[in-house]
Amino acid sequence: MTGTDPQLDRQIVVDAIADVAPDVDPATVEADEDLWYALELDSMDQLRVMTAIGERTGLDIPERDFPGLLTLDDLTAYVTARRAGP
Amino acid sequence: MSQRSVSAPASVAGTAAPTTVVDFVMPSLGADMEEGAVTEWLVSVGDRVARGDIVVIVETEKADIDVEVWNDGVIVELLVEPGRSVAVGTPMARLRVEVAGDGTGPTGHPSDEGPTAPSPIDDGTPVDGTPLDTDPARRQRTAAIAPPDRAAVPARVDRTPASPLARRLAATRGLDLAAVAGSGPGGAVVARDLGGEPADREPPTPDPSERMRRAIADLMSRANRDIPHYHLAETIDLEPSLAWLERVNVDRPLRQRILPAALLLRGVAAALAANPELNGFWVGGRFRPGDGIHLGVAIALRGGGLVAPAIRDADRLDLVETMSALRQLVERARAGRLRGSEMSSATATVTNLGDHGAEVVNGVIHPPQVALIGFGRIETRPAVVGDEVVPRRLVIATLAADHRASDGQRGSRFLNDLRRHLSRPEEL
Repeated sequence: MTGTDPQLDRQIVVDAIADVAPDVDPATVEADEDLWYALELDSMDQLRVMTAIGERTGLDIPERDFPGLLTLDDLTAYVTARRAGP
Repeated sequence: MSQRSVSAPASVAGTAAPTTVVDFVMPSLGADMEEGAVTEWLVSVGDRVARGDIVVIVETEKADIDVEVWNDGVIVELLVEPGRSVAVGTPMARLRVEVAGDGTGPTGHPSDEGPTAPSPIDDGTPVDGTPLDTDPARRQRTAAIAPPDRAAVPARVDRTPASPLARRLAATRGLDLAAVAGSGPGGAVVARDLGGEPADREPPTPDPSERMRRAIADLMSRANRDIPHYHLAETIDLEPSLAWLERVNVDRPLRQRILPAALLLRGVAAALAANPELNGFWVGGRFRPGDGIHLGVAIALRGGGLVAPAIRDADRLDLVETMSALRQLVERARAGRLRGSEMSSATATVTNLGDHGAEVVNGVIHPPQVALIGFGRIETRPAVVGDEVVPRRLVIATLAADHRASDGQRGSRFLNDLRRHLSRPEEL
């Protein structure tokens, strides 16, 4: 991975949400708001979003990390950190 | 059943098996459905179809449903042109089917046999996707020119699979079907992949969300008017099961991860198998057991409203298969691509409020079913384990059941069985 770009990482997250729920608009959610709650995304949607992020980045996101990933900021920071990581 | 026989079995001269013509009727895609509109035919006159093939997309108050055919046979005639709405039970197409050797004729029941073998005169010549002709006189003639027994198996290997309507749309719009990602059965290109139906078609009623609301209102009003509900609840400790599930999931890639929802469905299917009085229908003043355990799953649609398509034979699926079935069902429901057999067959329904739901749901039964099983939000709470109070993840399971079909004692046994199954996840 040649460096990471938080802007790009946020786009990956937003695209993944749009993939799973084309009928919601991630732009209506504050970056630090619980997006699952705000967008009425259930556990199945959440799993599909994580899968879509995984497919875009090659990351495998273990379930134990899910509870800490509630907001757009959480997800973006997580993707950035994991992509920069070892 | 979607077909009824309209003519006596007739022997065909020569080597071909005797055939008869049956109607393919508008099926009831749920207790709340009175009529449906044909959105799009996926077959043409002369096409050979096998039981389970999706042949038509029907629009109901709730969704576009992919409707399967229940006989092997050859399409003789399409009777309802796209855009037209007809009542449940109205013939939509006519189908020539082979008559079983015992002379009982087509039953519409599942058969273990494969698709009917092509007749000897079948030379495999490709049959073009003849557009549905809405002129009755011409339609008659088309059927006469291409007698169904002589109709060849459509050889579609050399071209992009697509519905007749999609083919026509692509032709009029100058589109290349091969360049379109198909979303129909087997990846076939259907009209919705090309940006929808022709502009000259009006939907049956303008506002889908209002129709959805009305369909739910009718069904639920009927439930509360006709069904003497009783309600039971049981708090279930999911800690051991969820811990077990987490261990299982550690080794699984994201795509194959199993959600607690699948576990709950497995538990319900197993508990229903032991309590058959809760699995079936109240019809004609008496209880009729289900022909299997087909679990309706209430799925909320973000546009508003909900649908409850069924996972068929849920008791025969293991946990992985249940998860896969649930995932597909949710994806198709959200995309508006459910199948007719899923919409009509639930023998009991499960509603799972999920992470953001309330603690308890006291449900309303979907008539003519006799039970609705509900799960509230899974929540960490104090629980007594041995002599200690410890934090555990608990869920409150509820049963709404029809008092005409069962009593509280049976209902209690069901919830007990459910709790037992959910405490032994490795057996699910």
